[in-house]
Amino acid sequence: MSDSLKRTPLYEMHQRHGGKMIDFGGWELPVQYTGIIQEHHMVREKAGIFDVSHMGEIEITGAKAQEFIRYLMTNDVTKLKDKQAQYTLMCYPDGGVVDDLLVYRYSEQHYLLVVNASNTDKDYQWILSHAPEDIQVRNVSDQYAQIAVQGPKAQEILQKISDTDLSQIKFFWFEPQVKLAGIQCMVSRTGYTGEDGFEIYLPAERAAELWQSIVEAGGEDLAPAGLGARDTLRFEAKLPLYGQELGPDITPLEAGLGHFVKLDSGDFIGRDALLKQRESQPARTLVEFEMVGKGIPRSHYEVYKNGENIGYVTSGAHAPTLGRPMGLALVESRWSEPGEDIEIMIRSKLIPARVTRGAFYKRPQK
Amino acid sequence: MKVPTDLLYTNEHEWIKVEGERAILGITDFAQDHLGDIVFVELPELDAQVANGEAVAVVESVKAVASVYTPVSGTVVEINDALEDNPELLNQEPYEQFIAIIEMDDPSELEDLMTPEQYEQFCREQEQG
Repeated sequence: MSDSLKRTPLYEMHQRHGGKMIDFGGWELPVQYTGIIQEHHMVREKAGIFDVSHMGEIEITGAKAQEFIRYLMTNDVTKLKDKQAQYTLMCYPDGGVVDDLLVYRYSEQHYLLVVNASNTDKDYQWILSHAPEDIQVRNVSDQYAQIAVQGPKAQEILQKISDTDLSQIKFFWFEPQVKLAGIQCMVSRTGYTGEDGFEIYLPAERAAELWQSIVEAGGEDLAPAGLGARDTLRFEAKLPLYGQELGPDITPLEAGLGHFVKLDSGDFIGRDALLKQRESQPARTLVEFEMVGKGIPRSHYEVYKNGENIGYVTSGAHAPTLGRPMGLALVESRWSEPGEDIEIMIRSKLIPARVTRGAFYKRPQK
Repeated sequence: MKVPTDLLYTNEHEWIKVEGERAILGITDFAQDHLGDIVFVELPELDAQVANGEAVAVVESVKAVASVYTPVSGTVVEINDALEDNPELLNQEPYEQFIAIIEMDDPSELEDLMTPEQYEQFCREQEQG
């Protein structure tokens, strides 16, 4: 492994758990510990703990911070109350995506953006280049560690090491001052797995100590989970991954994220292009599909209909919860209806597949 | 990592067991361990003519797609159908589960393969690589 890879404050913990380390966009992170499928099931059935310290954190403050963020993002940040979080996208003027991210509102003058690790520098520069003089933008990524605890037992486990009533933190809300095992953390009820769970932000130097406390509190109900399981979990829940479902050449409308694009809430970067695209219907649509023939669809495989290339696979995998291969693909909109028969080019052979509807996995409601 | 002493090995991490004119082909413990959870195996066709160095099968794990190459030319006379429904067998018992059995055209091709000692050394170097 190259010496130039960045390590998170939890590197020693991954070594101790026997993590299989890989180069993930310049970060040395565990792809798995015991096995991706086992870790995946653990998160669906009990709980998993993930090191996501590589994620970028950008702080925006200033009297007009709200208006500035509203102008940068497709979702409407003015709908947020203090201690609330929002999923949103930053677009280029042509509607392509700079990044997808979470916005946390501490106050109307103070926000924290959590962005994709590999986009952090690009996002920071993008935001900075649009910032008026009275707005402060700080890349605080190195100060924060981030630990995600995900799964039906996440709350029960974290409650053992906290006096704060975690059930009071609702989905997509956060609490800025929570003590976990005596360590001051920001805790939000968010995640990237399709399960209930929390994302915990804390000073990098306390990360290993907290990780250890959570692992002890979790006992048999918790296992460390790597990037491999994180990917299969988010894939089954149809949560987009930047670089696959999203990118500079894919708009949020094409990716089926119109719900997070508020075209009626004032001007923002990309609005004109997105407005035009909504009126004329996007030419491409992101679809879910299942394999009818044998084979596993993988990212970038081509999709065919009547012998013609109509798009490509953005993500594909053996979906562990379903036990069979599934995929997401960006295809010509006229072939995007559920039930449509399509074909996936796998190793020079066209393998039958079928468009389906909705995420492959939805967590059972209590 | 296990490296049985009665087999020959390739630098693509396949093993070969020689039984007369037949070469039994599989993937090594090192290979399955590096791939992780194996979820799909595409086997060669029975009676297919295969050439030394040709990709004859595909093994897919959750994260990776890997070709299986034959180090010998010949005819595929048997395939391990069980892997189609239970690909994870390759993780569980890589040396008990073969991919295919090839009736060899030219057994002298075996001379290019690694001995268990050579292969063990080869794996050590790859780990450090």
